[in-house]
Amino acid sequence: MTASQSPWRDPVALLAVPALLYLVALYALPLLWLLAKSFAGPAGPTLGPYADFFADPFNWRVVANTLGVAVWVTLVCLVIGYPASFALARAGAALQIALLVAIILPLSIGVVVKAFAWQIVLRRDGVVSQVLVGIGIWDEPQRLLFTETGLVLGAANIFLPFMILPIYSVVKLIDPRLDEAGATLGATPLYRFLRVTLPLTLPGVVSGVAFVFSMSVSMYVIPSLLIGDRFQTLSTLTGRSFLFMRNEQLGSTTAVILLALAISIVVGSGWLARRLGSST
Amino acid sequence: MTAAERLARLAMWTAALVTVIFLMTPLVVTVAVSLGSSSVFTLPPPDWSLRWYQRLASTRGLVPSLLTSLEVAAFSTAVALALGTLCAIALVRGRFPGRESIATFLVSPLMLPGLVIGIAMLQGFKAIGLREAFTSLLVAHVVITLPYVVRTVFAALSLFDFSLIDAARTLGCSYPRALMRVLVPALGPAFLTSGMFAFLASMDNYPISIFFTDAWTKTLPIQMLQYVEENPDPTIAAISTGLVLLAVVALITGDRLVGLRKMADF
Repeated sequence: MTASQSPWRDPVALLAVPALLYLVALYALPLLWLLAKSFAGPAGPTLGPYADFFADPFNWRVVANTLGVAVWVTLVCLVIGYPASFALARAGAALQIALLVAIILPLSIGVVVKAFAWQIVLRRDGVVSQVLVGIGIWDEPQRLLFTETGLVLGAANIFLPFMILPIYSVVKLIDPRLDEAGATLGATPLYRFLRVTLPLTLPGVVSGVAFVFSMSVSMYVIPSLLIGDRFQTLSTLTGRSFLFMRNEQLGSTTAVILLALAISIVVGSGWLARRLGSST
Repeated sequence: MTAAERLARLAMWTAALVTVIFLMTPLVVTVAVSLGSSSVFTLPPPDWSLRWYQRLASTRGLVPSLLTSLEVAAFSTAVALALGTLCAIALVRGRFPGRESIATFLVSPLMLPGLVIGIAMLQGFKAIGLREAFTSLLVAHVVITLPYVVRTVFAALSLFDFSLIDAARTLGCSYPRALMRVLVPALGPAFLTSGMFAFLASMDNYPISIFFTDAWTKTLPIQMLQYVEENPDPTIAAISTGLVLLAVVALITGDRLVGLRKMADF
């Protein structure tokens, strides 16, 4: 490797060729083609399909549904996941194992299985309803299945591990003596949290939020099972236009919008993570 | 301890408890429903029964779809392990420009919407004349399993001391033998965890597979979702319980071989 500094004569680089060729031919090119075709009109490049899409108020509703649910799911995951990842990092052996099992086991189980389970949990006679009536929050049993609250609960449940694990990976690296040093110097707990702990955990939060938000934007199976056709998101609309409506034009348009959203989340969170990394 | 600190600790332990209960709920509910006699998902079940398990054998399409899924997952994981390991070696040991961008590109299928990847591939495969469902599934699933292998093997190789291979050669090993005796055992845990997660991701995939199934070739998630939509009864819960058991076995194996804490590395 040291024999030649020329990038094209490095023989080790050749080992990357099979995987790269595979992905370029069967993944990158098809995606680029989908992108290019969505701008292709009968007479050259056009923004027509996008103009048509955004001219329809129903489609604005679809975009708002998609982003609204994703924001709620991300918030729920963050509120539970942020303190939970501290617990995971600082728990004793027994609780840590319980937490790890509770986080990793669902990761190895399919989304169809979990979404089906939430169909049962969210029924009028389901567990959530029984508990809420039992502790007196609800007067009578209610159905959460096929409501937006039910969708947010189910999706937050399925994506929660993806919030906890990235935050845990930075929390476990924080030296507890930093907090003690702050306390010795007379800083209040709130000040210590805001000035020491929170900034150190932000890279983990950014990557957890990016994971959960982008997965919530693109989820397809979960809304199909938990809310149904009356509530369309970009993802379900894309699936429906290809699988049931045979409307490839609409499907390609929404697919490209979804793709643009996903890429901007990846690029944006990467940029934010680098900025946070360089400032600390 | 001040009041604020007490509040923070309370929040932390409450969140831990909520997390465990919240995340285990769907699994516990699935197992309970599958073992109950009620056909309308009454919980707690009025009576215990194995009737939904007895139905499994006669459920149409279940066994073929399970076999299809297992074959696709095993084949695509094997291909991904081969391609991904070679590529990870190039990325760690190579001295060519753009290695970081290449790594991001290889992991990107995990971050983009599966449905969009599926549609793009469907049109791409049509263009090159690939129409056969099973082959399409195999080819498509390598794209989803490859990122897991590249990510984990890359991380493991970054920590590997390559001078150990030179040491083995100095001590008289041939180069291939040195690789087999030193590098392969060191990468064992990475092969295992990435292979396991890749296999499970393939078994679980819905949004890409949906475009490559036909009336004869269906994967398990596609078949299951079809049952859920057509006649939801606890038979699905019985299948799900089987998959939960599979996950438990995978978790125990992973814990024995690499440890739970390592599996939580992200």
